Amino acid sequence: MSESRVFITGTGIISAVGNNADEVFQALKTETSGIGRISLLETVHCDDLPAGEIKLSNRQLREIAGLPSGIPCSRTGLLGLIAARQALRQAKIDDMDACRTGLISGTTAGGMDRSEVFYRSFMDDHRRGRLRDVVTHDCGESTERIADGLSVRDYVATISTACSSSANSILYGSRLLKSGILDRVIVGGTEALTLFTLNGFNSLLILDRNVCRPFDRDRNGLNLGEGAAFLVLESERIALTVPERILCEVTGYGNACDAYHQTASSPEGHGAWLSMKKALETAKLQPDDIDYINAHGTGTQNNDLSEGIAIERLFESGIPLCSSTKSYTGHTLGAAGATEAVICVLTLANQIVFPNLNFNNRMEELHFSPVTTCRRDMRLNHVMSNSFGFGGNNTTIILSGYSHEDLH
Amino acid sequence: MEELIQNLKHEIIESLNLEDMTPDQIESDTPLFVEGLGLDSIDALELIVLLEKKYGLKIDTAEEGKKVLYSVRTMAENIIRHRNQ
Amino acid sequence: MKIYIKGTGIVSPQETFLAGDFPDEVIEYREARYLKCIEPPYREFIDPMTVRRMSRIVRMGVCAAKKCMQDARISMPDAIITGTGLGCIEDTEKFLSSMIRNEERLLNPTPFIQSTHNTISSAIALAIKCHNYNSTYVHRGFSFDNALQDGILFLHENPGSNILVGGLDEITDHSYMITSRMGLWKRQSVNNLSLLEYDDRGSLPGEGVAFFTLGTVNNNNAYARIRATDIQYKPENPESVCLKLSRFLADPGADETGPDLLLLGLNGDPHSDSIYYHLHNKLFKDRHIVYYKHLCGEYDTSVSFALWLAAMIIKRQKVPDVIKLKPFETGEIKNILIYNHVRGINHSFLLITRC
Repeated sequence: MSESRVFITGTGIISAVGNNADEVFQALKTETSGIGRISLLETVHCDDLPAGEIKLSNRQLREIAGLPSGIPCSRTGLLGLIAARQALRQAKIDDMDACRTGLISGTTAGGMDRSEVFYRSFMDDHRRGRLRDVVTHDCGESTERIADGLSVRDYVATISTACSSSANSILYGSRLLKSGILDRVIVGGTEALTLFTLNGFNSLLILDRNVCRPFDRDRNGLNLGEGAAFLVLESERIALTVPERILCEVTGYGNACDAYHQTASSPEGHGAWLSMKKALETAKLQPDDIDYINAHGTGTQNNDLSEGIAIERLFESGIPLCSSTKSYTGHTLGAAGATEAVICVLTLANQIVFPNLNFNNRMEELHFSPVTTCRRDMRLNHVMSNSFGFGGNNTTIILSGYSHEDLH
Repeated sequence: MEELIQNLKHEIIESLNLEDMTPDQIESDTPLFVEGLGLDSIDALELIVLLEKKYGLKIDTAEEGKKVLYSVRTMAENIIRHRNQ
Repeated sequence: MKIYIKGTGIVSPQETFLAGDFPDEVIEYREARYLKCIEPPYREFIDPMTVRRMSRIVRMGVCAAKKCMQDARISMPDAIITGTGLGCIEDTEKFLSSMIRNEERLLNPTPFIQSTHNTISSAIALAIKCHNYNSTYVHRGFSFDNALQDGILFLHENPGSNILVGGLDEITDHSYMITSRMGLWKRQSVNNLSLLEYDDRGSLPGEGVAFFTLGTVNNNNAYARIRATDIQYKPENPESVCLKLSRFLADPGADETGPDLLLLGLNGDPHSDSIYYHLHNKLFKDRHIVYYKHLCGEYDTSVSFALWLAAMIIKRQKVPDVIKLKPFETGEIKNILIYNHVRGINHSFLLITRC
């Protein structure tokens, strides 16, 4: 029996550049960044650390998500629920019991946005702090909130591999479909902006005090963002029942560990090279086949150099078009891989490569520059998306265009 | 200066959890990072916090950090310079 | 394809680490609020420059993983996959409290770095320079099951490989206080060995680390085989669990007479335990019950401790009296069914078979 192909039939996204795929597409096309002053998260850093914040309060998000006010829910859960519902709508799924359906979500801090409110009271008096603020702490809680909202019953999983979490959701979901364990799986990730992550990254001195400049010679760190993105993956058999829904195909994925340092990437980008290489192997593609790379490109000194070197090593002289869209969304951590996968779906669907903002000068160590203006009317078949995390958890996904003529 | 250097050695051991080490084992002039004591970038961040918290010495850039944190002596020299300012 | 358990490394509130076997004497905690692990000799397994930064769960995790590889006589796994419900909570709490106390200024980065859930799987990779597949699952009571499912899938995709799969969770004073307020635990201290004799609600919390080397080729030294694994999320009622379980057992092949032993997640909370008894009555009335949470306590990934126990029983063909619900004599033990649920939400099924 041959392995099933894996098709994407729906996407959903909420991020600093838009509350759904259409809005995100408009922002990307018009080169409008969502990074700016923090106004909702209460932090002493609101004036010195810009971020990609979604300008909707938890109450507003709750309304959009259609969640009654009595149910405790973290911002992470709300964002995830909104994006996942969009994905289901686009895939035209209303019957969850029609086939074996799962939900896989990636997140790094889970419901930390509520836990830090709880902890402030709890710390000095252990009898204090509202329990409803801490029952949503663990990562799995947000996934179950989403699963219950969508009525997913057959399989649930949550992945936390730092900044590659939701790229690994896509990878794991694809494998579950290929092996026939599931027929349909909603994969993605969700992450709210929190004091915990903002201050954590700040303590590492890798946050840019201005908007980030991925791959620029003078880049000076990353900006955090928040958001959620989900994709509906279907096995060949299920997707082809209503083939018009097929947006594109997950053809490749690779996961490797840099195993160099707890936070830093290796100077030669070994883990990054390996994950890209493995993704090409599963897709049965050659480096030449890749038309565009949505880079991890955080804007830190270390990542962009290491990733750039790995790209040069793998693609040699034939480096594809490349950009980092974190200059729009900020780095959404656990949601980054899925956010960028949805952007790649938009790239393929519209045959447009979105540029890397704020780029001025090429890095001395590299021989290529990212795309800096919108490239339209492209002929893109295969696009690659990189997501690299702390601890060297690196994952690469390859999406490929799907021609409806293939069917006939 | 020597007293400050001794204090710094104690503080480095404590803040970096170098449990097996005694202050005598840290030479005042050998490089702390990579080849010397074998510390890494996370230790550098910890020492930056230590210097600002304890001595009010603020390090803003990575370049500056490399110079100040080169050895225990350079740390002490920078602290004294900062005090005299 | 057959999946063999080829090595184990276990840190628990019992003397399980050094012996690598079921301990001769179990430890009785007479007035326990929660059970904490007996920590392994870290320095024998981790070099001092690395160990100094690691929190307790990371140290325990790296030791157990290394022990597990030694046990299976492998030095480089083809994948490292971990599952943890709450991850590195000690460092999470440390960073949270210093962030709040210092009003977001001048924070030490180490606890933040070590607070991420993938710290353990990546620390193992770093310690042995393993560039292979690496992932971490963090879904409450499914964390270990997700990791195991991924691992089994990986072995199907890569026949002949050896992988490391682990489940781990730690308890801290704060996490104990918070979960106590949620009403999860007994209000008074208990004797762990009498865990099932208290009438009041709540269980006894615990913690543990269990790593397994899994492979598709038996080196003649394997403990047991993992025959099947499945999960059930929020079943409507005990009947739907029965139904799921019947299907689960039918799937691997109905040639056998079913499980010889039931290893159940009884945790001393009468409400939570009722479903185990219901299932026993309904489906396996003539089978003997063994249980394990009086040894390790209740935690999200406790099913990994159960897997170790089942593997040990099958390998030794011996059932320690202390885990028997009622005394019984044992014949040959071919199959053990592990069934556990966490808070009625996450239900795990595992079928373990003699090689």
